[in-house]
Amino acid sequence: MKANPFDIENIDIAWCPGCGNYSILKILKDALLELEIKPEKLVIVSGIGQAAKTPHYLKANVFNGLHGRALPAATAIKAVNPSLTVIAESGDGDMYGEGGNHFIHAIRRNPGITNIVHNNMVYGLTKGQASPTSLINFKTPVQVEGVFNEPFNPLSVAIALDASFVARAFAGDYKETKEIIKKALKHKGYALVDIFQPCVTYNKVNTYQWFKENTYYLDETHNVYDRLEAFKKSIETGKYPLGIFYINPNKKTFEENLPPYKNNSIPIIEQEFDKTKLIELVNSKKNS
Amino acid sequence: MSDKLFNTPQKDVSIVLCGEAGQGIQTLEFFLTRIFKISGYHVYATKEYMSRIRGGSNSTQIRVSSDYVRAPVRRIDIFIPLNTEALKHLERNITPNTVIIGDKEIIKSEYKIYNLPLTRIAAAIGGRIYENMIAVGVLSKLFKVNLQNVEDYLKNYFAVKGSDVVEKNIRAVEEGYNEADRLFKGAEINIMKNPEVRNHILLNGAEAVALGAIAGGCNFISAYPMSPSTGVLVFLSQHSKTFNIIAEQAEDEISAINMALGAWYAGGRALVSTSGGGFSLMTEGLSLAGMTETPLVIHLAQRPGPATGLPTRTEQADLNLALHAGHGEFPRVILTPSTIEDAFYLTQKAFNLADKFQIPVFVLTDQYLIDSYYNIPELKLNQLDIEKYVVKTGRDYKRYLITESGVSPRGIPGYGEGLVVVDSDEHDENGHITENLELRVKMVEKRLRKMELIEKEALPPEIHGEEDYKHLLVGWGSTYHCIIEALKHLNRRDVALLFFKQVYPIHKSASSYLEKAEKIIFIENNATCQFGMLIQQFTGFKPENQILSYNGLPFTVEDLVEKIERIIGGVNES
Repeated sequence: MKANPFDIENIDIAWCPGCGNYSILKILKDALLELEIKPEKLVIVSGIGQAAKTPHYLKANVFNGLHGRALPAATAIKAVNPSLTVIAESGDGDMYGEGGNHFIHAIRRNPGITNIVHNNMVYGLTKGQASPTSLINFKTPVQVEGVFNEPFNPLSVAIALDASFVARAFAGDYKETKEIIKKALKHKGYALVDIFQPCVTYNKVNTYQWFKENTYYLDETHNVYDRLEAFKKSIETGKYPLGIFYINPNKKTFEENLPPYKNNSIPIIEQEFDKTKLIELVNSKKNS
Repeated sequence: MSDKLFNTPQKDVSIVLCGEAGQGIQTLEFFLTRIFKISGYHVYATKEYMSRIRGGSNSTQIRVSSDYVRAPVRRIDIFIPLNTEALKHLERNITPNTVIIGDKEIIKSEYKIYNLPLTRIAAAIGGRIYENMIAVGVLSKLFKVNLQNVEDYLKNYFAVKGSDVVEKNIRAVEEGYNEADRLFKGAEINIMKNPEVRNHILLNGAEAVALGAIAGGCNFISAYPMSPSTGVLVFLSQHSKTFNIIAEQAEDEISAINMALGAWYAGGRALVSTSGGGFSLMTEGLSLAGMTETPLVIHLAQRPGPATGLPTRTEQADLNLALHAGHGEFPRVILTPSTIEDAFYLTQKAFNLADKFQIPVFVLTDQYLIDSYYNIPELKLNQLDIEKYVVKTGRDYKRYLITESGVSPRGIPGYGEGLVVVDSDEHDENGHITENLELRVKMVEKRLRKMELIEKEALPPEIHGEEDYKHLLVGWGSTYHCIIEALKHLNRRDVALLFFKQVYPIHKSASSYLEKAEKIIFIENNATCQFGMLIQQFTGFKPENQILSYNGLPFTVEDLVEKIERIIGGVNES
């Protein structure tokens, strides 16, 4: 196996053997390598949870913040320095539960970030409670008679908000998932990649086998620019579609819309402060 | 003309305007403060208002003076009520010397009222909207303001709205001018003007905080609108293009603070501006700043709580919140501007401190300071520098390198060959998660060690008065000018004031002032003497004498004089 510049040697990984996170980590590193992104120009922002530990296991700048709060931090990082590649990565509980409000508003802003969500339909780190995406009747030590709340549908929500890139992948499919992540990383605005991922310890229902049997890939007849069609696909259950559901190539990014970037694209952190303008503004308070 | 106000030279005159929300009290305040200032008067304005868009009773006090004037008084010299309710609202402050000017068609009252037929005159000009300008005209005449100056100001101000608007507003002012002549038979108020004041800057607290932020190199603000902190967000948004500031209205305060931390992490200089409830939502983010040693500036504009409290009123009751917010142990600084100038300079300083020590720095203001206006001679911009402490990283960069001072050189992503890893978990020097408990101890000690340096840079308290004082007043934050004016009224050499512009950490000199006093009197706009308790914790001096107010209003000078005399006795022993 050839060495990947994103590899970190001698690390103690906290994931269970067989966890879907390992394959997502490998896919991500390979995608980054193939896109020739440099570790020092990459920032991975995460929250809390097993998925949120991912950035500790590859070479990158890391902002491992609070549970549910990766998206606001990632949005700001990209805004103050648009030259960075910014990924916000966490699990379903973090992004869709604790961070649900930020998920909605990040989509509305359309920052140029890639949002990778490890969706295993269960809480791993807190030992097996339901997540917002747990399916109906899923039994846990807390949901003792099974989940009865409607599972959160991140794709439908994203498409309803006209997110500029919406995809679903499966951690068990190396090739397809890598291509999706590469496209997401190359996409100009906000890109959601929800990744189905088995939790081998706490989810005995949605296993590798289950995901294999209950998913299929959207084929070339699916028009990714057709929002209504994408929405229809996003509400399919029974067999869940995988692939890129929707792209809106015409949206301006959050950064592009910001007043400091209207006239030029120099990151604000590199812009010089002009004291004479401040003096002018203060003097205007003499007779304003 | 029998009124004393018109027959003797005055040093300062208190005007109070009161009406419903939506009647234009704020517009009146805006024009009057500016017109008085360009005429050479020192001017001060403070407002109290209800949390509603229409109805209720809102008032503004404007003091016009021959010298600096910067504190609220109970006294009303000229009262302009815009409805009958206004008289009831401020009944307790009306004295036989109060000159009341109002439209008798609207106001039904037993008080002697100089009848100003605002409704009738405004209708003739073009509608109720001109009532305010008629009042401006009346006061301009009474205060010997040159009519041409007012007209020039209005021409300039309304120019964008077209000549019809300009003409009608000028006519309204002229009508008011003539009405004043008729009502007061040519009598005027004699206050010395000072031409230098025309060149002064007129600011309110919110503008001063925002300008201070700009001077501190702020290039990012994320906030959720909340009274009384919103003015700062508004000001920075309006100037975002000129100063390359990203101003984002976040979906909630949790997002706001996490955005600000992201911005600092990536090399920005970010501010959050909020008030009590909003800040409560930010406390987990504050703790993240503590753990990741990410700089942060928090403008916390206090209003009375708990919970929603009195949304548009003032209080100093969130000191304990700022002091104790956030789980875990980490250093912080709390600056408490006492004046409009301080609001500017301390906010500027907050950015440098935050960056230097990689800590959260609070600028703790309140509604009173934020919404008050007065003229200040200048802001010394040339002496201010934006101090930046970001380093270029090398290949082996360690974000949390353990150093003697506790401060690790702070890199940012993309600047240098190194990787910048920050983590809300306990971490190793590289920033990666650790559960190595020996390392944990080292990291805790590293973070807290910074406090030694921070304490060395703490602002010392200011002492006002003679050195051989017996009674020592102690205050902090926005009560400053009110206490100073009360001191002047007391005119006693045995009373001094010890004033704190930084309440945490407390400068070590505090004890030496306290131990000299026979009686220490804490003056705070809260119910539990929060700063007194903090002083006790730091110095051992118990806050035995307390002057506290928590009715949602700032102290007035008269309030303080009475309450201080009650504690120290009314006799002037000097």
